[in-house]
Amino acid sequence: MDYHIATSFDDAIAVASKAQGITRFLAGGTDVLVQLRADIVTPDTLIDIKHIEGVKDISRESDGSWRIGIAVAGAEMTEHAALMADWPGVVEAMDLVGSTQVQGRATLTGNLCNGSPAADSVPAMVAAAMSATVAGPNGTRQVAVKDIPTGPGRSSLAKGELITALHIPARGTSSGDAYLRFIPRTEMDIAVVGCAVNLTLDGDTITSARVVLGAVAPTILLVQEAANAIIGTSLDEAALTALATAASAACNPINDKRGTIEFRTHVAGVLAKRSAKIAYERALANTGNSA
Amino acid sequence: MSNIHVTTTVNGDEVEFLCDPRETLLDALRDKLNLTGAKEGCGTGDCGACSVTMDGRLVCSCLVLGAEAEGKQIGTVEGIADGETLHPLQQKFIEYAALQCGICTPGILVATKALLEKNPDPTETEVRYWLAGNLCRCTGYDKIIRAVMDTAADLRRAS
Repeated sequence: MDYHIATSFDDAIAVASKAQGITRFLAGGTDVLVQLRADIVTPDTLIDIKHIEGVKDISRESDGSWRIGIAVAGAEMTEHAALMADWPGVVEAMDLVGSTQVQGRATLTGNLCNGSPAADSVPAMVAAAMSATVAGPNGTRQVAVKDIPTGPGRSSLAKGELITALHIPARGTSSGDAYLRFIPRTEMDIAVVGCAVNLTLDGDTITSARVVLGAVAPTILLVQEAANAIIGTSLDEAALTALATAASAACNPINDKRGTIEFRTHVAGVLAKRSAKIAYERALANTGNSA
Repeated sequence: MSNIHVTTTVNGDEVEFLCDPRETLLDALRDKLNLTGAKEGCGTGDCGACSVTMDGRLVCSCLVLGAEAEGKQIGTVEGIADGETLHPLQQKFIEYAALQCGICTPGILVATKALLEKNPDPTETEVRYWLAGNLCRCTGYDKIIRAVMDTAADLRRAS
């Protein structure tokens, strides 16, 4: 295995483009090293991207949007009060990944690129309509986070391409997000079902919403029917029931020891309701004064 | 592939070692530097027995490559006591018998020290969540949690 410390993204792209065999990028390493040690994936080339300028930065742009460096660890996001105030759903979803020790290393970008349909941060990122800057031998493009995962362990990134930054839109006022997952215990487990909701209000009426499910299909699901069920409502009981029905109807889960098809389908509806309630409360509380 | 030369600081001392690029920091600490306090339980970041700090941040040393330690400040359980004087956490773990086989103990001590430096007054719930990545198969955790809570109270009184 060739271990290369990239000095710039151009350097990383050049090495990755020329590399033979299996290439992996090393940021947090909490998936790459586990796969390496378990002999699941032994990279021929490992490119450490933590030394590139700006990759450890969390910054708010002039338009109120956020730029998250690709080597920012989960713990650094949780400790960032202003980011937490704007996007609690995104931050809490990332914080659910692994232990304190894993949070010291694991990154949002890594959680996305690992390609697990049960990744906790990905539904929250998609609900937030986040995008990624992807750079490669043919230049740079902006890609919706939703379009990065294409199946378990697979992504739409081509050879030599890597994500160079993640972007969260400006929070805006009267809007809020939330992510909840079901696991059989209280900590240190993989989502059986996850659900993120991001919504905006006009008064007490929902004007826009994104409802995203994790771990109930080969990729995360952005469920437009579930969003439609609550848009135009004040999240009353009828809207919540319609939301749960739409969320459950979208599920196409596997049946395994961690959750049956019936269980995952039911829980998706329950979590959609609970996440929506939290996002709604946060939107009501978000008068824009915190920023 | 030739070995990588790494210069790093462990418990305040500058050290050097040569490692294979695939070698973890845990392997380097144990096999190159003879610091056998950090233990390998699972090797996949689940058990926390290999916990160390890297630039003050709690990590599993089994999920860090030895080569990544270049230029870093590493803290291990060997650096917790002050010479022959045990750290208050170590004293309290003995007093409470907060261990049986002891494999998890170095990791729990490193993790707990990091918690108390960040939050000197944690609730029991905060301690339990912080230590969720440190598995102990002997004690049932209760004595560990009580030892941590009592140490935190002592340290607050002393400061």
